[in-house]
Amino acid sequence: MEPMEIVRRLDTAFPGEVLESIAYQGQVGVLVRRERIVAMMQWLRDMPEVQMNHLMDLCGVDNKKRQLEKGERFEVVYNLYSISHRHSLRIRAMIPENDPSIDSVTGVWTGANWHERECFDLFGITFNNHPDLRRILLPDDWEGFPLRKEYSLKGKKEWQGMIDLQEKVAKLAKYDFSSQQSGTDKGSTAQEPGEKHE
Amino acid sequence: MGEIKAPGLVEIEEGVRMIPGANTLIGPLNKIVNWSRSGSIWPVTFGLACCAIEMMDAGASTNDLDRFGIIFRASPRQADCMVVAGTLTKKMSPVLRRVYDQMPEPRYVLAMGSCACSGGIFETYAVTQGVDQILPVDVYVPGCPPRPEALLEGFLKLQEKIDQEQYRWSQWR
Amino acid sequence: MSDTEQTSIEVPVADGDRYSIKMGPQHPATHGVLRVDLELDGETIVECTPHVGYLHRGFDKFAENRTYAQAMVLTDRLDYIAAMSNNVGFCLAVEQLLDINVPVRAKYIRTIACEMSRIASHLLWLATHALDIGAMTVFLYCFREREILLDLFEELCGARLTFSYPRIGGVRQDVTVRFIEELQRFINIFPSKIAEYETLIDTNRIWLKRTVGVGYVSGEEALSLGLTGACLRGSGVDYDIRKHRPYEVYGQLDFEVPLGTDGDIYARYRCRMEEMHQSNRILQQCIDQLPPGPIISKDAPELLMPVQGARKVHYGRSTYGTRLVGISREREHLPKGDIYVSTEVPKGELGFYFISDGTARPYRMHIRAPSFIHIGALPALSKGELIADLIANIGSLDVVLGECDR
Repeated sequence: MEPMEIVRRLDTAFPGEVLESIAYQGQVGVLVRRERIVAMMQWLRDMPEVQMNHLMDLCGVDNKKRQLEKGERFEVVYNLYSISHRHSLRIRAMIPENDPSIDSVTGVWTGANWHERECFDLFGITFNNHPDLRRILLPDDWEGFPLRKEYSLKGKKEWQGMIDLQEKVAKLAKYDFSSQQSGTDKGSTAQEPGEKHE
Repeated sequence: MGEIKAPGLVEIEEGVRMIPGANTLIGPLNKIVNWSRSGSIWPVTFGLACCAIEMMDAGASTNDLDRFGIIFRASPRQADCMVVAGTLTKKMSPVLRRVYDQMPEPRYVLAMGSCACSGGIFETYAVTQGVDQILPVDVYVPGCPPRPEALLEGFLKLQEKIDQEQYRWSQWR
Repeated sequence: MSDTEQTSIEVPVADGDRYSIKMGPQHPATHGVLRVDLELDGETIVECTPHVGYLHRGFDKFAENRTYAQAMVLTDRLDYIAAMSNNVGFCLAVEQLLDINVPVRAKYIRTIACEMSRIASHLLWLATHALDIGAMTVFLYCFREREILLDLFEELCGARLTFSYPRIGGVRQDVTVRFIEELQRFINIFPSKIAEYETLIDTNRIWLKRTVGVGYVSGEEALSLGLTGACLRGSGVDYDIRKHRPYEVYGQLDFEVPLGTDGDIYARYRCRMEEMHQSNRILQQCIDQLPPGPIISKDAPELLMPVQGARKVHYGRSTYGTRLVGISREREHLPKGDIYVSTEVPKGELGFYFISDGTARPYRMHIRAPSFIHIGALPALSKGELIADLIANIGSLDVVLGECDR
């Protein structure tokens, strides 16, 4: 089936949800509202002529630095494919900045679980009804969401775990062999009596 | 250490006494210990990223590390060298330090690959810029990834470094 | 490991016969830095929680700060075992995004490179998988053939592991006659080598006991979990991107896609062994059909280096050599749009989602990595199995952590 035909049927089944569709280089992307996203995904997967049984990719986009006619600050992009009918479609769900959350589609495809965790980790978009929403690629107590456009490449603040580690390294440095080499570092390390033989 | 009242000691410097002829024993002892250590470096497997594949290549058929006495050990308690092969991220750094702390003395660290030496091309928010921020490194092997021959050269340099050590086997060093 | 102090997850407390074990990031059998939290009842796994991210280097963010050509070096470091396939996937995505046509000879060379990578990746998969299960001889045998392949790669482009040989619009340099001869020699001996590996393990009682019936996943469940590649085909679902959305010259080549029926580790193993045979067949056809012609497109925009025939230019304050075209930082004439292109890499389906905003840098690059999804499917595969089967499962999913964490 042609992608534009799928978009027409989607628009008929969910009136008012589809805002615009863009075709580029043979691929069609559809901009939708986020409220009925789970119902839409269920329809796309279960409709026999459409049958999008393979969720190829789920990712987030931060639109802060590009100008769009219609769109919010964030988007969650679903790339779908049908193995039986060999057609694909891209759904872009709009997410406003003041309330970055959307329903989770893990009920439709189980594999969306880790995709959504990554999106939460790097953008801060919350997925409602997700079975296990926590950070996946960064440490659990990391502050900030790196893929947002205001986060610089090298990051701003150092991670607390790294600061703790540097303190630990500084404390343990006096037990290194090179710092204990007699004749090289005399008097530079504090030698408490009884602590020399480790 | 207290007063040692033994008549056989010789004073060579102010406050430093020595058993005469001790050097003829301790010198060769150094050499023997260094020879045995450099001939049997047992690294702990710490392959992180792409360089780990070249490390495996160095240990496999064509470039064999076993002929240098290098056997990879899984547990840090049984190893005396750590080859950090690959990118060290900030999430992994506490783990790396912990494994290093579990290694008994004498222990050496070989930083393999540009990422381990200095962060490589990844100057990003999640990558530690070099292993030497966390550990004292003995040998740096740059490359992205370094060829197995380069890693071999790194091990040979480590052997040379071990051969020049003095008194690392004793408590009174 | 140290994450016990700072974690905010509720690890279930062991009671009765249950106890929890952490298979830590430093482990000889986890194929990289993967941490698996296990809750065991005797030797049976009750809960299995993988933790990734110990190799997260920030590829997506890195690519937003570099031009397309500069971002290509990242793709080598994704699946570093089959780096050429990742490069080709990236180039395909950018070429479709920016509407660049690739000459036919370059397509054939790229297909040769992809299939050689596939064989190299499957050899390493077999070596580590068999090593984990206990067959150490296979490790040495497979590495022997892999060394021949790496020598071939070196003849082709000078590097052994991280190539960056394809360019946006073609490839960097042409193949030599010696390369074709050596490749032909490899193609002639390789089927006998596969037969050698099979005599070692195919009907071995220990191998069969450890792989048949273990790690079963049905076709629908595999599809829902997002598995792709040999993991999906081992369960009977016929999805190979080389046949579904042919790219490069796969549409003109004659090869089969092996399918399994049982969905267990043995079925996935047989799929990959057959894929090696088919890759050999593809390589033979590519060598026979290799046409003459240019190897890089002339209508690619000025973000490449080097292009054959371009004049000597000064870039900055130094001269880099005879064939360098300056890279412009911000140019407003590239088309705007977004695209998702995926290719069949040895591990599964590697997808690149690009958004271009008209400048020389990608606005957003997202990498859909197969290993990321496969590790996410690990709990579904290993619940109720023994702890030794977990190692076999990780091996059969064929994960590489560089790709998973990006």
